[in-house]
Amino acid sequence: MAQKAKPATAHSVPSIALRRRITDHLMTGLAVLTVIVVLTPLFAIFAYLVYRGVGSINWAFLTQTPKPVGEAGGGMANAIVGSVVILAIASVIGVPVGIGAGIYLAEYARNRFGDAIRFTADVLNGVPSIVIGIVAYAIVVLTQKHFSALAGGVALAIMMIPTITRTTEEMLLLVPTPLREAAYGLGIPRWRTTLSITLRTATSGVITGIMLAFARVAGETAPLLFTAFGNQFWNLRVNQPTAALPLQIFNYAISPYDEWHRQAWAGALVLIVLIVSAVAAVRIAVRHGTFGAA
Amino acid sequence: MAVPASPRPDMPAPQPVDAAKVSAIDRSETRTASLLVGGSGETGDRLFKFAMMLCGCAVLGMLVLIVYELVLRSSLSWHAFGFKFFGGRDWDPVNEKFGALPFVYGTLVSSFLALVIAVPLSIGVAVFTTEMCPVWLRAPLSFFVELLAAIPSVIYGLWAIFVLVPLLANYVEPFLAKTLGWTGFFSGPPYGISMLAAGLILAIMIVPIISSITREVLMVVPQHQREAALALGATRWEMIRIGVLRNARAGIVGGIILGLGRALGETMAVTMVIGNRPEIAKSFFAPGYTMASVLANEFSEATGDVYLSALIEIGLALFLVTIIVNSLARLLVWTVTRGQTAGARA
Repeated sequence: MAQKAKPATAHSVPSIALRRRITDHLMTGLAVLTVIVVLTPLFAIFAYLVYRGVGSINWAFLTQTPKPVGEAGGGMANAIVGSVVILAIASVIGVPVGIGAGIYLAEYARNRFGDAIRFTADVLNGVPSIVIGIVAYAIVVLTQKHFSALAGGVALAIMMIPTITRTTEEMLLLVPTPLREAAYGLGIPRWRTTLSITLRTATSGVITGIMLAFARVAGETAPLLFTAFGNQFWNLRVNQPTAALPLQIFNYAISPYDEWHRQAWAGALVLIVLIVSAVAAVRIAVRHGTFGAA
Repeated sequence: MAVPASPRPDMPAPQPVDAAKVSAIDRSETRTASLLVGGSGETGDRLFKFAMMLCGCAVLGMLVLIVYELVLRSSLSWHAFGFKFFGGRDWDPVNEKFGALPFVYGTLVSSFLALVIAVPLSIGVAVFTTEMCPVWLRAPLSFFVELLAAIPSVIYGLWAIFVLVPLLANYVEPFLAKTLGWTGFFSGPPYGISMLAAGLILAIMIVPIISSITREVLMVVPQHQREAALALGATRWEMIRIGVLRNARAGIVGGIILGLGRALGETMAVTMVIGNRPEIAKSFFAPGYTMASVLANEFSEATGDVYLSALIEIGLALFLVTIIVNSLARLLVWTVTRGQTAGARA
């Protein structure tokens, strides 16, 4: 219609429309391209982990301590156990404090002071892990006079707390208020309501938050460099330098030895499997109501 | 029950109260009964609130503690060098001369490179997932992108050393040198281990952060903005440009700054590929050093109080910069998501 009315501009209308359509398709194409470019490294990393890692994992790797340079064989058993110890310490400190702070924010501190804590937690989340390492060094290592699993655990706990706090708060706020009121109506004290009704209702969400925090710190290397420090031998005492899987991967990766490179890949695969299976196990447990039942 | 004065052989001896049986009965009553056990409330409530407040204050306390320790332990270096510390180019632990400029430079340049690469990619991914892709693809796609954030930094580094760096050295850097060498940014021997490698690996690591924040922000853009643009005859891309991206600008900037915060403080992957040489070079092919990497490499071997103090001062600077950057980003994202949802509801 417009073309008939204004023949003078007839030729330019379709060309503009064409250009707009082409731009539209071009941008869609570009967006698809970005997705491909972003996902390529993801698949490349996992493919390499499996390709280089699977061939290098054997019984010795999982049960022996590192051999001296030049000798083949040996493994990372001490580092795997060390990581578990350090993560256990971090969880023992970080989980109760994180949940407590989350409860405080959700149940008591819907005010300015609470906002300050919320903001602090968010900001702490962004503090570089290496800086946390320095602080743990200053607090624990300098007072104890040597590197230790405890110092590593403290560093990781400091990293876990903000995440757990914020997710716990969010999950508790999802619990409907009438549930709390019903409990108060039965004469149940507030603290008991919070623990046995509110927190219990939100269990699966809270645990998901804990796992998020756990997965985040499980692969952390930087804060362990000068807290746990690493160790070539077995050590189960928490006040001594302790090996950790990420540390061992780092040291082996930057070494010039092929045998150590091979073991670094194996270690990386074990680390990823540990993280993924820990998260998956808890997810499944939560879904099947082992925790949430009662 | 009356206690017999003298035990009589024809009567059974009084049974002690079976504690287990009683508690079993108690438990079988109602849950409420057991919930009432444990005090009348007053003291219990107060104690509980106090304990929870302690946990909350611990979060504040951690921040205070971090600041306190960093300031206290870096004072030696601060008194020795003052502001010149960040202007000095010499890093000479043997003669106790410390200037942090090469590290500041390395941190800024590698993060800048990472942003240049990551920002268009992240926005593209976010736009694709929220506006273009079929609904069934959304969840798996965001899952995969977020999976990138779950990979530990040291594994990124490992992969970068053995896959990315050789790739750069053999193909990418020679190509860049041939085509863009004249700018001076892409010249010199292509070793692979370089500022460019650090920027690339950082870019891969911050894409999930920027794209997930961008996605969140895009999703709170009110639907009627899109409908209005489409009703005016806009194509899909025009709708995204005019109706969506323009409205989400502040939030996207917030996401980018958050990504920057992560890039500035990222340690392990960068340390493994940047070459760790405290020099300031124009070319991205040259090795560099970042504030976080120098801490990772030298902290546990630092001998002498001034050396350690200088390193902690770098840590303090890194901390302050990331705090400022993150606060800024949080404020931006908060204002956008809060304001927009309120606007959408109104």
